Amino acid sequence: MSLNAVIAANRFGLGARPGELAQIARDPKAWLMSQIGNAASTNLPANGLLSSAQAFEALQGYQQARAAQQRNAQSPNPAANVDERVRLADLISKTTGPEIEARIQHAVTTPAPFAERWVQFWSNHFTMAARNLQTTPFPGSFEREAIRPHVWGRFEDLLVKADTHVGMLIYLDQAQSIGPNSQAAQNQQGRRRVAGLNENLAREILELHTLGADGGYTQADVTEFARALTGWTVAGPRVRRLAQGAEMGTTIFVSALHEPGSRTILGKNFPATGERQALDILAHLARQPSVAKRIAFKLAQHFVADDPPPALVTRLENAFLQSRGDLSALAKTLVQSPEAWTPEAQKFKTPNDFLLSTMRASGANATSTQALRSTFEQLGQTPWRAPSPKGWPDVASEWAAPDAILKRIDWANLAADVIGETFQPLAFAETALGPALTDKTKTAISRAQTARQGIVLALMSPEFQRR
Amino acid sequence: MTNRRTLLTAGLSGLSLAMLGGTASFAQAATTSGKFVFIILRGAMDGLTAVVPYGDPNYQSFRGAIALDGPGGPNGTLPLVDGFGLHPALKEMHGLWQKGHMSFMHAAASPYRERSHFDAQDLLEAGTTQMTSARSGWMNRALAMLPNGPHQEGVAIGRTIPLVLRGPAKATSWAPPLAPESDMDTLARLSDLYAGDAMLSNALAMAIETDRIADGGTMMGGNEGRGRQGAYAPLTSAAARILAAPGGPAGAVLSFEGWDTHANQGGAQGQLANRLEALDAAIKALREGLGPVWATTTVVIATEFGRTVRVNGTGGTDHGTGGVSFLLGGAVKGGKMLGDWPGLNRLYEDRDLVPANDVRHLFAQGLTNAWGLDSQAVLSRVFTA
Repeated sequence: MSLNAVIAANRFGLGARPGELAQIARDPKAWLMSQIGNAASTNLPANGLLSSAQAFEALQGYQQARAAQQRNAQSPNPAANVDERVRLADLISKTTGPEIEARIQHAVTTPAPFAERWVQFWSNHFTMAARNLQTTPFPGSFEREAIRPHVWGRFEDLLVKADTHVGMLIYLDQAQSIGPNSQAAQNQQGRRRVAGLNENLAREILELHTLGADGGYTQADVTEFARALTGWTVAGPRVRRLAQGAEMGTTIFVSALHEPGSRTILGKNFPATGERQALDILAHLARQPSVAKRIAFKLAQHFVADDPPPALVTRLENAFLQSRGDLSALAKTLVQSPEAWTPEAQKFKTPNDFLLSTMRASGANATSTQALRSTFEQLGQTPWRAPSPKGWPDVASEWAAPDAILKRIDWANLAADVIGETFQPLAFAETALGPALTDKTKTAISRAQTARQGIVLALMSPEFQRR
Repeated sequence: MTNRRTLLTAGLSGLSLAMLGGTASFAQAATTSGKFVFIILRGAMDGLTAVVPYGDPNYQSFRGAIALDGPGGPNGTLPLVDGFGLHPALKEMHGLWQKGHMSFMHAAASPYRERSHFDAQDLLEAGTTQMTSARSGWMNRALAMLPNGPHQEGVAIGRTIPLVLRGPAKATSWAPPLAPESDMDTLARLSDLYAGDAMLSNALAMAIETDRIADGGTMMGGNEGRGRQGAYAPLTSAAARILAAPGGPAGAVLSFEGWDTHANQGGAQGQLANRLEALDAAIKALREGLGPVWATTTVVIATEFGRTVRVNGTGGTDHGTGGVSFLLGGAVKGGKMLGDWPGLNRLYEDRDLVPANDVRHLFAQGLTNAWGLDSQAVLSRVFTA
């Protein structure tokens, strides 16, 4: 078996399931290419999962029930009152809980793990994280609705889908933003709490989703963009009257909230086209050369090396520019690049990828959500809980702190008990690593005191920790 | 290069010499093994809520619904110097102020003048005038100036080592362990297996050593709950145990997240007040946990930048420039407002508190106070551009 099969499975994918290496070895590049542009490979079946509109409804229901209970705090019938924690657990069990379980299940079992890595890369680029009650119900439906269907299309389309999705509008405060001179602002003058402009989404689109912090935009561009984005909001109770029958919990453009006038961004004038104005700006941003450069760097850093080879970055950048942001073309270029196939494993797995690859190697199918969620949390990477809109870091220095290594070892110690029920330690290591397994690790595993210790050594070996 | 360096050193020493005068002799006379704790409030704390300039004639009109009052009012602050009050949630810190163990710097900022959290935190931690490719942090460079020995080491409380503690000097990280723990034998075998992998072998060696200290000498006997998001006190309790251990490190870095209050920030109560209360509890836990070591401890609290002076349309504040930083601890002779107050009649870029004071002055004072380092050497070797 050639080393390329292991590289395809580990560096491009999420690690091999039992028997998978032999299958990939027939033609590793073809195995990867077959996953590109294939909508079925990125689709996550939504069995029983709530759409973002349904999640919005669940959140509204929770908040209404809580408010009603607070009004009845002195109720003579305490039995009618539900414990707050029970209600919150119920909301999570309808939204976040099954979403995380479905995402992990899919990543562990998919026959197209390169496509899943590709999805998770873009989901992290357009981070929509659970950071409070308002955002917690949405990251799962955000990823299924705004990311997965668009990762093989054009960057510009993905950008629009991600940044106009209900989850993102709430996460980056856009849903509350109102043009200071909009019709709605005029109408509410004199009231005690006057809503106004919020720059958060505009800033993060420029800094994180497109140009980058050094991308040459100014504070004035941020503010102008924020003005252009006003009107894009979520159909909810706050704008019920203005939403005119739109389905609650969906993205709408409300003219009455929109800041009138033309806008100037990056020196270019965008006439007052209402709903189109922000979309035209997004399209303009997506075409900036700095975007091609930045996406190329991020992809090369994600898949190949923390300090990626400049030749690879340039090739990806050119592919982005020549294809006008065709993400399938970009993925194909990555697979065809010789720099991506060097034998040295330069990337250190994130906790997410360490856990997923361990479960793939162990042939896991059914797993307990509760236990899994707490494991991701303890290793520092709960799905969709990135600490900021910048998303999870992508370099070893952020993940290989002394304490983090110890946490992995402690968890491997737990996992080894389960894996040991099915596998002998050396067989497990060979299944997961094939020809990448070194003699040194083989020796260490075979000299282990217990089967559990042998599996811990396999999981924590440099060749399993790196890719 | 020479010009920038000279300017920076001159600028720092101009203010710092006066500021440092009172404390340098104390630090040298006491000990050179004092402890230094740096707390980074990630997300940009609103300085105008933490230290309220209630005496400024423009303050109330800018802050409106989220404004606080001078001492005594219904939304009253705790008295500092005339015209400035501490947020009412910061009771422990106010107690330190009253004992003369705290100073603060308002309108404080690193040289960073843009509005990205991530870049701003990098520069705050680098301690330079602009980012260089060196990627080391000021606390690590100061550690490198200490005499060789077991305590010439910094610990990061958390899962990663932040930039401020990266560099040539020894740094490690620690956070409470998961259960069940791996046994020493497995760790020893892994150490052998990592012999050819510098990153993994160094990380494992440091983890084992730090964990041993944190657990009071027994290998990973502890099994404490991880600090939940929102509670900072468990982190400072852990830091206190590690710092106070015999031969424990000279410095610790902690990151407290959750300060990016773009919406519904609140005033005397609310979202930001809750964060401040957690910060205050963390300082109390640190003081109590350190016991007698508190008397030789210096703490610096800083954030990457301040927030806009005006309240935004959603009851919050956006990314600004001038903010607030604190210097406190048993080793601090404080009770002072450091630096100048630029007032609110003129704003930076018509939106932010003017960054009148370089926060690195306060960092330098903290380092000098804690470790008895020569203040000129700190200025020229730690905070060079």
